[in-house]
Amino acid sequence: MDVLDHIMLGFGVAMSLQNLAYCFLGVLLGTLIGVLPGVGPLVTISMLLPITFGLPPVASVIMLAGIYYGAQYGGSTTAILVNLPGETSSAVTCLDGYQMARQGRAGAALAIAALSSFVAGCIGTILIVALGVPLASWALRFGAEDYFALMLLGLVAASVLTHGDLVKALAMVVLGLLIGLVGTDVNSGVERYTFGLPELADGIGFTVLAVGIFAVSEVVTNLEQKETREVFTKSIGGLMPSWSDIKTAFLPTLRGTAIGSFFGILPGTGPSISSFSAYMVEKKLARDPSRFGRGAIEGVAAPEAANNAAAQTAFIPMLTLGIPGTATMALILGALVMNGIQPGPSVMARSPELFWGVVASMFIGNAMLVALNLPLVGIWVKLLTIPYRWLFPAIILFCALGNYSLNNSAIDVYLCAAVGILGYVFSKLKCPPAPLILGYVLGPMMEENIRRALLLSEGDLSIFWKSPISAILLVISALLLVSMILPAIRAKKEQAYAEG
Amino acid sequence: MKVKFAGNQDAIAGLIFIALGTIGFVIALKYSFGNSVEMGPGYFPRVLSILLIGFGLLTLVRGLRDGVAMEGIWAWLPLLFITLSIMLFGAAIERLGLAPAVMLLIAASAYAGHEFRLREVAVLAVVMAVFATAVFVWGLRLPYPLFAWNL
Repeated sequence: MDVLDHIMLGFGVAMSLQNLAYCFLGVLLGTLIGVLPGVGPLVTISMLLPITFGLPPVASVIMLAGIYYGAQYGGSTTAILVNLPGETSSAVTCLDGYQMARQGRAGAALAIAALSSFVAGCIGTILIVALGVPLASWALRFGAEDYFALMLLGLVAASVLTHGDLVKALAMVVLGLLIGLVGTDVNSGVERYTFGLPELADGIGFTVLAVGIFAVSEVVTNLEQKETREVFTKSIGGLMPSWSDIKTAFLPTLRGTAIGSFFGILPGTGPSISSFSAYMVEKKLARDPSRFGRGAIEGVAAPEAANNAAAQTAFIPMLTLGIPGTATMALILGALVMNGIQPGPSVMARSPELFWGVVASMFIGNAMLVALNLPLVGIWVKLLTIPYRWLFPAIILFCALGNYSLNNSAIDVYLCAAVGILGYVFSKLKCPPAPLILGYVLGPMMEENIRRALLLSEGDLSIFWKSPISAILLVISALLLVSMILPAIRAKKEQAYAEG
Repeated sequence: MKVKFAGNQDAIAGLIFIALGTIGFVIALKYSFGNSVEMGPGYFPRVLSILLIGFGLLTLVRGLRDGVAMEGIWAWLPLLFITLSIMLFGAAIERLGLAPAVMLLIAASAYAGHEFRLREVAVLAVVMAVFATAVFVWGLRLPYPLFAWNL
């Protein structure tokens, strides 16, 4: 059994003392930031990117992945106990989770949330193996034109499916592509957009951009409003869910997993839309929909399963095709590139220990999360008492020091401050930052592939529709764009987000 | 629904995109364009700049037509102090050393918050300076002097 061999290899990698430690650190940090409102996985991962630079690639991806899926667990804890979603993806968990807590069933809600997350996380990880291997071997046959079309589809899908305005999202993609061009052109050696600064010859650093646009601008946005965090703790009660709770939650967990897995693979949709959709489906399927919002256990199990499954399956396009579907995946992809790994379908063949090690670490990490979240829930709730005015200077410090430490260059620190201003202005104008990062990461690869494709075809553009793969991908991209111009579908998308 | 231009979310966004696209295009004129068979270094930048200007125009026109107002307020002061604190750090780390740079950053950024309690900030500054030293100098073994004087 080939797959079995690979899984054994993966566990061998993931079980090394160093990787176990980074996996634990990742899920611990993830739980921590999942609990703290205002500090999300995007901020944390971009903040920690510079530090992971010194680690081996496997260890850094294991840790960053742990932060991402760990945050989905932590977010539910505060949603249930204090009606505060630690992450946007657990916002719907508040509806029924908090009601359960008010009825004295907080323990059962927490346990069901953790268990359904665990089940979904494991199924999601199995899906990575089941879909990833054939997908990667299929993609190995891709020519340059197919790659270009695939990346174009990734960018279009991310713009179409992202929350907000399509035109502004597309503009942000293009701006990201342009920012990705800064630096020395590999083909001609010409320095583009460097303004004569030698520091820019290698381009604008990935961490400079990510930290500025996600972390710094997020802190400023949070400082717009006065801190309004009520802090109260209450007794949690028994942690054991009753047998009937488990039976009621079983099918919703599986349905939530299916919904989350689907949205996780699609570019541009992440855990948030998955958990909203899973909740709506449960409400539609329920014999008595009025129970929802009054402490229905299905309303906790399904969305928690969905956001966790989505957090796992989002890795499928990133690890197998090298195409990030969400901003977080773009950050992890960037970490791979910084570590000298060329992302794409060849990763699985060329460095199997990376792919399988990360996959195996996800099983271990999900098990660690159940152990971390249930018995220690009291400690996590206490963390809510830390005021934001202590947290944000520390976040800013990590942003500045982390960026400085990469090249020991003060210019990077100044650039990060400038990107932070830009990021804040864009966030006020409701221009989504995720498409920009995706464009930045994919830009150089797109230019490379379109050049290669047109060089091979001697400038004949028909190569893009003569290759069946490229043609299909381009047609899907066009259909996605056209569908957004049709008012009926656009109204439906807005309605879906409004309901959330 | 009439919205003043200064508060018109899409109009401002459109103008920013147009401005960035124009700058990008003008600079890219210096790079050779090449042709479709062998793209020069100027090919991609010029095409992208024109796309950006196009999307910017579309955003501007829709902003002027629909007039969606911006939500909330601009946090100018927090933005100023956060930016300033990062710049201060960049300027201080090579001239004064790691510890003073960290403390300057913490003090200036804390000023961006809604409450500034001197004693709290002082404790936070010292704790973070020790923490940064522990992680970066002792842990990651980066060669930063704790204190320096190279003005």
